[in-house]
Amino acid sequence: MPGSVGIVCSQFAHFDEPLTLRSGAVIHGYDLVYETYGQLNSDKSNAILICHALSGNHHVAGKYSAEDKGSGWWDNMIGPGKPIDTDKFFVIGMNNLGGCHGSTGPSSVNPVTGKPWGSSFPVVTVEDWVESQARLADLLGITQFAAILGGSLGGMQVLQWSISYPDRVRHALVIAAAPGLTAQNIAFNDVARNAILTDPDFHGGDFYAHQTRPRRGLRLARMLGHITYLSDDVMGSKFGRIMRTEGFQYGFDVEFEIESYLRYQGDKFAESFDANTYLLMTKALDYFDPTHHGRVGTLSDALKPATAEFLVISFTTDWRFSPGRSKEIVKALLDCGRDVTYAEVTHGHGHDAFLMDDPYYHGLVANYMSRVAP
Amino acid sequence: MSAAVRHDFQTIAEWINPASRVLDLGCGDGALLTYLQESRSTTGYGVEITSDGVLASCKRGINVLQMNLEDGLNVFETSSFDYVILSRTLQAMHNTEGILQEMLRVGRQGIVTFPNFGYWKNRLQVLAGRMPVSEEIPYQWFDTPNIHLCTLDDFEELCSEVGAHVLQRSVIANGKEVRVLPNLLGSLAVYRFESEA
Repeated sequence: MPGSVGIVCSQFAHFDEPLTLRSGAVIHGYDLVYETYGQLNSDKSNAILICHALSGNHHVAGKYSAEDKGSGWWDNMIGPGKPIDTDKFFVIGMNNLGGCHGSTGPSSVNPVTGKPWGSSFPVVTVEDWVESQARLADLLGITQFAAILGGSLGGMQVLQWSISYPDRVRHALVIAAAPGLTAQNIAFNDVARNAILTDPDFHGGDFYAHQTRPRRGLRLARMLGHITYLSDDVMGSKFGRIMRTEGFQYGFDVEFEIESYLRYQGDKFAESFDANTYLLMTKALDYFDPTHHGRVGTLSDALKPATAEFLVISFTTDWRFSPGRSKEIVKALLDCGRDVTYAEVTHGHGHDAFLMDDPYYHGLVANYMSRVAP
Repeated sequence: MSAAVRHDFQTIAEWINPASRVLDLGCGDGALLTYLQESRSTTGYGVEITSDGVLASCKRGINVLQMNLEDGLNVFETSSFDYVILSRTLQAMHNTEGILQEMLRVGRQGIVTFPNFGYWKNRLQVLAGRMPVSEEIPYQWFDTPNIHLCTLDDFEELCSEVGAHVLQRSVIANGKEVRVLPNLLGSLAVYRFESEA
């Protein structure tokens, strides 16, 4: 029976070496928070890096205490006997730079000013994240990962790893991802950002000094995002036109179940997530483009340096990162003659399906991992 | 693996050059590609639509792509493979001509295997007024993936229509090569062809 990695605790790594970002900005020192599961073998060849998506973090698997009600966000994928088997592999989850779960980000105190970074925190890109992740790998003595995997924005980081550090990735698992956002995707992100930016409590990003947070903006951003992560079908089957009230109230309070659900999700998120981090993450999504606006040619040209073996997975009802987008990645890898396996998982849950426990999806990852030598 | 299966795998393995690049359309559980990789050191990919096939191929370590052949092969560049194989799948395709044309575009050569509807056991059953069920066509008429069954002669006519020049043919029954009256005595046909142009 697959089990849990059990009780876990976070670790911190501090980096003094300045990091020059793609934007030209420099971060002079920063912390990264991470968790590890399983044992690193003697030749340090069994390490797997998990890259998180927009709202994810370093707490990928396990619980913080026996009483902990929740588990890490990818607990169904990672653990002893699970598709990413911690009996064989040493798994690292980390919170990206700019995050709000312990790694240096806009809500952290800037040691130079003694105040939260706020609006002065530089915009980070997927490439910057890969650089910072590579430094954490250096610190842990890992010269090459057995595999790197991630879904959505996490999948973009995997792709970037394979380009930035081809020698450091043996297997790249790119799940529910895209080689760049579509106009529609950027549009959704911009509406979400605008909800935050126009919230009077945002204070230009420096709301920390005002002992407030732009809850309304963040809540709207999350509600919008949430709609796009689900499929029409799953929303229909879960909520349909079910009402919480006895008949219509002819007002604007919550009446339909879906309204209640979205507001609950929005409220929960607005209390736990940092608005500036949300802005940064969506911007990193928008900017990601391995071709750099065609300056390095086609996607096939951009992926030429990648030497890893790939597993690419998409989900049929994912309209935010549709199977067609994954196929673009596959086509580029085929053009380069790379080893690639591609699967299109029939699943009703839309983009969020990549977080679900589906027998075919998890079977694929498990079967693929059997070829990944520790 | 049955003797007949082994025989057509062996035939294909004998026909192809070592270390060539192979695309196997409808690769099923990846058995043929595994056999070719082991016996001929080939590289390449399998295309498979069923989840069971993809899972099994993935387990074998095959590069498998879950795609629908009916959508064409537009993810593959022209002449990007030495051989494109369509094994026991032609008869289940809607767009039969289309897939042959795509094979000619993507591969230097194509290899097709299919059950011969002209096999005497099939003919006897049709004569007796029934839809045939035989070694290579093991399905009942109401529950079959096969929609475009053909005979050797039918296939060769289609080849000339789509501009495929047949290079080699092997006809098999009961795991053995059939040399006499192949369209009557053979249950499975294996063809190798290239573009006439």
